[in-house]
Amino acid sequence: MEVSIKNIRKEFDRFAALNDVSLNIASGELIALLGPSGSGKTTLLRLIAGLDFPTAGKIYFGDEDASHRSVQDRNVGFVFQHYALFRHMTVAENIGFGLKVRSGASRPPKSEIRRRVSELLEMVQLSGLEDRYPNQLSGGQRQRVALARAMAIEPRILLLDEPFGALDAKVRKELRRWLREFHDRTGHTTVFVTHDQEEALELADRVVVMSGGKIEQVGSADDVYDRPGSPFVFSFIGESSHLPITLRGGQILFQGQSIGVVSESGEGAGELFFRPEDVQLVDAADALYGKVTACRRLAGTRIAEIDIANEGNAPYHVEIEVPLYEPVALGSDLRFRPTRWKVFPG
Amino acid sequence: MADTTAVSGQWRLKQPSIIPGFGMTLGFSLAYLSLIILIPIAGLIWRSASLGWSGFFSVLADTRTQDALFISFGTAFVAALINAIFGVIVAWILVRYEFPGRRLIDAMVDLPFALPTAVAGIALATLYAPKGWIGSLFMPFDLRIAFTPLGIIVALVFIGLPFVVRTVQPVMEEIDREVEEAAATLGANRFQTITRVLLPGLMPAILTGFALAFARGVGEYGSVIFIAGNIPYVSEIAPLLIVIRLEEFNYAGATAIATIMLLISFTMLLVINLIQAWSRRRYGHG
Repeated sequence: MEVSIKNIRKEFDRFAALNDVSLNIASGELIALLGPSGSGKTTLLRLIAGLDFPTAGKIYFGDEDASHRSVQDRNVGFVFQHYALFRHMTVAENIGFGLKVRSGASRPPKSEIRRRVSELLEMVQLSGLEDRYPNQLSGGQRQRVALARAMAIEPRILLLDEPFGALDAKVRKELRRWLREFHDRTGHTTVFVTHDQEEALELADRVVVMSGGKIEQVGSADDVYDRPGSPFVFSFIGESSHLPITLRGGQILFQGQSIGVVSESGEGAGELFFRPEDVQLVDAADALYGKVTACRRLAGTRIAEIDIANEGNAPYHVEIEVPLYEPVALGSDLRFRPTRWKVFPG
Repeated sequence: MADTTAVSGQWRLKQPSIIPGFGMTLGFSLAYLSLIILIPIAGLIWRSASLGWSGFFSVLADTRTQDALFISFGTAFVAALINAIFGVIVAWILVRYEFPGRRLIDAMVDLPFALPTAVAGIALATLYAPKGWIGSLFMPFDLRIAFTPLGIIVALVFIGLPFVVRTVQPVMEEIDREVEEAAATLGANRFQTITRVLLPGLMPAILTGFALAFARGVGEYGSVIFIAGNIPYVSEIAPLLIVIRLEEFNYAGATAIATIMLLISFTMLLVINLIQAWSRRRYGHG
C-alpha cells in the first residue's frame, strides 16, 4: 500500500509538533523515521495510524483520502514501544484479538482464527508458547507477539514505534536482522520510528531524518551519511566536526588563512563540516592546525581530539582519525586538511 | 550433605533476606491482630459455646434468625453488586474526564465514610418514605422503598459506594493508554475495548471493592435500622436481631447469631480472596 503524506501540520495546544511535512512512501518500502526526541517522528507515525488527527494537511492510502478515517477503519498494524500486550490474555488470545472483535460476516470462524494464530506464531518463531501469559515472556518474545498481533489483521501498512527501544543490545541486534528478513518475506509497507541511527541506517530502504517538526532529509543510508543535506543531518548522523569559515574566490579561509582546500561555489561566511575519517595529515603551511588534547582507540581506528586556538575565546574542538601505526603524542601539534567536506552557508 | 537435607526438610519461617525486620514486624502484627481481632472473636465463640450444639442449632433453626441472616446477606450482596457497577462508572468519570466540579465530586465520594450512619439513615428514610421526595415518585407504581428490604439496599448502596470507587480509582489511573490504542488499531470499537480489554484488567480491584462494600454492608447497623422498618421475617437485619436478643438478656443467643454471621462472612471473604489471588497470579499483577 502506497502512503502519501501531504503538507501535514499538527498542533498540540498551539505548539506545532509537525510543520508542513510531506512524504511519499512506496508500496513494500521499509522506512525509518529518525530524529532526536521531540523531532515529531512519533507524532507522524501516530497520524499515519489514525491515533491522532492532523490539524491541516492530508494523508492518502493509495488514492483514498484516509485523513479522517478512524483508526479502526484504517486497518494498520501498530507495534507499540512497550508492546501494549493485553496481559489478561494468553499469547494466542492476544494474537487472535483483532480477528475476534470483527463484526458479523467478516469475523472468521473459531477454527480459522486458531489456524491463523498458529501460522503467525510460527512466523514469529514462538510456536509452543500460545498458552503463556505476556508476563511469562522475555522482552524480545513480547515484541514478537506484539508484531504477530499486528500482522493478524492483515494490515495495509505496518507501523512500529521504537520497536527495539526497550531491549538489550544483543537482542536488539538479533531482532533487527529478523525484522529485515520478515519484511523481505512478507513485503509489507513498513514504517518504524527510531532515535538510533545505526538501526535506521542498517535496516531501512530509506531514512527520513527529522528535527524540530520538519523533515530534514529523505534518502538511502548512503545519501544521508555521504551527502547530508543540512548541517543538522551532518552532525546528527555519524561523527563530525565543524568550523566557521569564509569562502572567497574559490578558497576556504579559516581565521583569514587559506587551509589549502578549494571550493567551487559560494562566497561569504559559512560552516565547514567534515568527518573524522575524511582527514589527511599534511606537512604544509596552509592547513588546519591544532594541539592534540586526547587520543583514543576506537575499534579499528585511532581518534585524536584536537583544540584549535581561537584568539582568547574557547578553542574550537575537532576530532580526526589518525593512522594506527603513526602514534601522536599528547600536546604535539598536528596539521591536517579535510579530504571530503561540505560547506553550509551560515 | 546431611546438614543440607536437614535444612531443606524443615519448614523455615525465615528465609534469608536482605529486607530487615521480618521477625519484629511479624511478631508485632500477630500480637496486634490477636489483641484487636482474634481475642474478641475467640471470646464471642466461647460465649456462644455455652449454648452447646443443640442450643446452637435451635437458634439456627429459628426462622426469624434464618430470615434475618438471609436479609442481611442478601441485601448486602445486592447493594455491593450495584456499587460494583456504579462505583466503576463513578471512578471512570473521575479518572478519565476533566470537567468543572470534578474535585468536588471526588471529595463527595468520601462523604458516606464521614457522615454518622444514623444521620444517613434518617435522611434516606425521610427521602424514600412513601411521602418523601423520592419515595413519592415511586408510589404510582406501588413500589415502596423505605421500610422494606429495598430500603435496606438503598442504605447499603450509600454506605458502600466509596469502597468500590476508592479501590478501583488508583488501578484505573495506571491503565496504560497504549493498551487501549492497541485495541483500537486492531479494530476493536470503544465498547469492545472496555468490555474485553479494560474491565478484565480491573477485575481484581473491582472484586476487592465488592468484598469491602459487601463486608461493610453485612455489618451495617446505624443507617439501616432507620430505613428498614425492622419488621421481623421481612425487613429485620441480623445485627438488629442480635441487639434484640441482648436486650432480652439472651447473651448466648446473641453470640450464636453473631458466630453464624462471622462464619458466613469469613467464608465469603475467603472465597473472594482466593478468586483474587488466582486472577492476580494469572495476570501477573502481584
